[in-house]
Amino acid sequence: MQWYWIFLILAVAVMVFGFGVVLVNRRQAQRSVAPPRPASGVTKPPPKQVPLDHLPPDDGGEIPIAEPEPPVERAGTPAPLRDRLAKARIAFSGAFAGVLGRSTITDETWDDLEEALLRADVGLGVTTSLLDQLKQRVKDKAINEPSELLDALQVDMVAQLQGADRTIRFDDSFGPGQPNIWLFVGVNGVGKTTTIGKLARQQVDSGRSVLLAAGDTFRAAAAEQLGTWAERSGVEFVRGADGSDPSSVIFDGVERAAAKNIQLVLADTAGRLHTKTNLMEELKKVRRVAEKGAGTVTETLLVIDATTGQNGLTQAREFREATDVTGVVLTKLDGSAKGGIVFAIETELGIPIKLVGVGEQLGDLMPFDPAEFVEALFEQA
Amino acid sequence: MFDNLSNRLDGIVRRLRGKGRLTEADVDEIMKEIRSALLEADVNVTVVRSVCNRIREHAIGATRSQALDPGQQVVKAVNDELTRILGGETLAIKYASKPPTVILMAGLQGSGKTTATGKLALWFKSQGRQPLLVGADLQRPAAVEQLRTLGGQVGVPVYSDPEDPVLTAFQGVEEAKRLGRDVVIVDTAGRLSIDAEMMEQVRLISGAVSPDYTFLVIDAMTGQDAVQTADAFHRTLQIDGVILSKLDGDARGGAALSVKEVIGRPIAFASTGEKLEAFEQFHPDRMAGRILGMGDMMTLIEQAENAFEADQAEQAAVRLMEGEFTLDDFLEQMQALKKMGPLSGILGMMPGMPKEMKNAKIGDDDLKPIEAIIRSMTAEERARPQIISGSRRGRIAKGAGREPGEVSRLVKQFGEMQKMMKKMGMGGGKKGKRGGFPGLGGLRGTPDMSELEQMMGGQGGMPGLPR
Ligand SMILES: Nc1nc2c(ncn2[C@@H]2O[C@H](COP(=O)(O)OP(=O)(O)OP(=O)(O)O)[C@@H](O)[C@H]2O)c(=O)[nH]1
Ligand SMILES: Nc1nc2c(ncn2[C@@H]2O[C@H](COP(=O)(O)OP(=O)(O)OP(=O)(O)O)[C@@H](O)[C@H]2O)c(=O)[nH]1
Ligand SMILES: [Mg+2]
Ligand SMILES: [Mg+2]
Repeated sequence: MQWYWIFLILAVAVMVFGFGVVLVNRRQAQRSVAPPRPASGVTKPPPKQVPLDHLPPDDGGEIPIAEPEPPVERAGTPAPLRDRLAKARIAFSGAFAGVLGRSTITDETWDDLEEALLRADVGLGVTTSLLDQLKQRVKDKAINEPSELLDALQVDMVAQLQGADRTIRFDDSFGPGQPNIWLFVGVNGVGKTTTIGKLARQQVDSGRSVLLAAGDTFRAAAAEQLGTWAERSGVEFVRGADGSDPSSVIFDGVERAAAKNIQLVLADTAGRLHTKTNLMEELKKVRRVAEKGAGTVTETLLVIDATTGQNGLTQAREFREATDVTGVVLTKLDGSAKGGIVFAIETELGIPIKLVGVGEQLGDLMPFDPAEFVEALFEQA
Repeated sequence: MFDNLSNRLDGIVRRLRGKGRLTEADVDEIMKEIRSALLEADVNVTVVRSVCNRIREHAIGATRSQALDPGQQVVKAVNDELTRILGGETLAIKYASKPPTVILMAGLQGSGKTTATGKLALWFKSQGRQPLLVGADLQRPAAVEQLRTLGGQVGVPVYSDPEDPVLTAFQGVEEAKRLGRDVVIVDTAGRLSIDAEMMEQVRLISGAVSPDYTFLVIDAMTGQDAVQTADAFHRTLQIDGVILSKLDGDARGGAALSVKEVIGRPIAFASTGEKLEAFEQFHPDRMAGRILGMGDMMTLIEQAENAFEADQAEQAAVRLMEGEFTLDDFLEQMQALKKMGPLSGILGMMPGMPKEMKNAKIGDDDLKPIEAIIRSMTAEERARPQIISGSRRGRIAKGAGREPGEVSRLVKQFGEMQKMMKKMGMGGGKKGKRGGFPGLGGLRGTPDMSELEQMMGGQGGMPGLPR
């Protein structure tokens, strides 16, 4: 017998039996318990239309109170995203020109729209469902002109991104010696360390004391890289020996922050592919140990590179599973990639996009703006 | 998923067969499935269009075959064609007659250039060469430090001068001549293809060192932008070969196809991990299969080989098919499976498993009660669960701290599973298939799971599950 058949039938047997029992038991439980209860574990993101103050806290338990004013502010006042991108892009060319160039809505119009969305990495599934809704409205004669169609598409997309809470949680009520911890996670090379460097300066400028913890003890010169950023913003910095346990480095960072009454710890972690079980376990431990002392993890930010394709959705799913991701940072949006996959991440997984990276300099980080993002999706490089 | 594509195609092709002649619309339907598979794999929209035009004929040809698994035949034809596109001319390094041979590395930020520089150094060393590394990334904090660390690990010298990247690159080559090193690898800063100033800088670096080979490093997770990036770098630098990085993940890697189409230069190396040894020659056939979605299965099989005891596993499989699988066997095989990662992850990668199960969000912890129940059975009960009667049920449930109802559901489900596996072992009622197991389909290493799926009730849910 061939090896893969052996494996396959064993795996099938284990799954069919083991998982089958779990499923059957779940159904039984559902039947005997009060009927209108969602199956356990299948938590849907709250509907976006609900006004914010009615939203239940999404990870249960004591949630730090989000500040009314987003703490991410304009260090060196970066220009709006649109302006910054304008240099490289001619708006309304490409797909838009095609759509607007026709006087009626034709099959080609739909093809052009589909292509525009696919090119922006929005993904086939999301694209199809967005366009199907519009097709119905065209059929119902609610939309007649190509230009209306374009507007409607953008309005729909922006609407789907409305209502999410994009504040970066910082709990002011913690006493001295009880730092907030913001943890940065993601696959290799997406921009975790750089984002921390930029954010440190913004936080200092808004009057908070900050410490950077070099939880990447694996990659060559990762700590040196973060150390340089710490110097640039003049903030405290804690590192460990190369190859040492990342959770203890971050723990030490939190301890140091607590001892020095520093309010905020930005914790870097090594890039890791979500498929590596051992590394994902390590990350769970990092999160756990980070809260062993006086600090509390108030944000776990997943960094996604704008060039990422459909794999981004899997990344988000897996990192959320491991670490309770509370927000997404979309980096490298200053390039030619549009980062459309985060649209799927937010609308399908309910993880809000909170920050956008638009360069390699200190000031190149800004709050996420749905309208600007959607508009940029359709612009051509 | 690969099986999804071939299964979806199966349905279409079977239906078309009766018709004798394929209409344009039929062909479009087939191509639509292939197109969506490529798009889901991140192949660029424009590239998908041109590739689809080219594989149309091959795909249609394959539908004429009378094989039992027409979907797989089509996929095989497509797979072969993709392999051809991805392959072609390979890159054989010709060393400069007047050393050193100069290699220039380029690419977007974070794509893996510096890591690949270290890996190439190790590779050249294994070819009996003496490389020198040049750190011409003076942009990113600690970039040179990173390269020095890697150089130290490989045991090769690293040159850099904080003054100016173009000058550094030039002097690096001079340094190599002085030291008698015969290969120079120049690492450069990551840059955006639309950053005119930085693209000009790398053009100047290239001019200063006249590289024998310029490598573009592309992240396997890249989406649609791969085309724009590859095109811009190729126009600026005349790329000689591509290094595809981070292939150790689960991205389908359609970017490989996009890049190959756009610049027409070979993909020379695959980078498959953070460690320096994780670097190998690029395999077009593996990549083609991966883009079509069979990569998961290949990875699984590789992992499985490490996790399972081959002999034991084979015996267990035989017992399973003869209906003699015991609950002890189950525990043992489940432990082996768990070594490969969370069971839900493995489930997700397996072809032919019911959606219902895949969507159920079952964690390893959810299986703990099952383990507890089995562990509180006697050896005899584990071997023959059908003997478990009322009083035994009560005892087992108490021992495991569960409800008696759970014990009986477990026993019932086990019986269902055994029945199903036995049926598979006997050939599932289908004729013409040797050994009871479905044949190996058209593609190397890809079992035809459609039969299993049918047996498990196809779309209709799982056997033994109440609706
Ligand atoms: N253009 C641009 N480059 C960025 C941005 N953010 C990060 N980078 C660059 O991307 C590269 C990788 O950034 P890092 O911060 O080292 O990424 P990381 O996620 O920490 O990487 P690992 O720790 O190696 O996994 C660097 O060259 C950064 O300068 C951005 O918003 N725009
Ligand atoms: N898993 C995995 N990680 C990789 C691979 N190649 C590189 N990396 C990781 O990706 C991240 C970025 O790699 P670098 O070599 O620093 O990338 P770079 O292109 O030099 O980055 P910049 O110089 O900032 O533009 C690091 O964390 C590397 O360890 C690979 O094949 N697999
Ligand atoms: Mg880093
Ligand atoms: Mg580098």
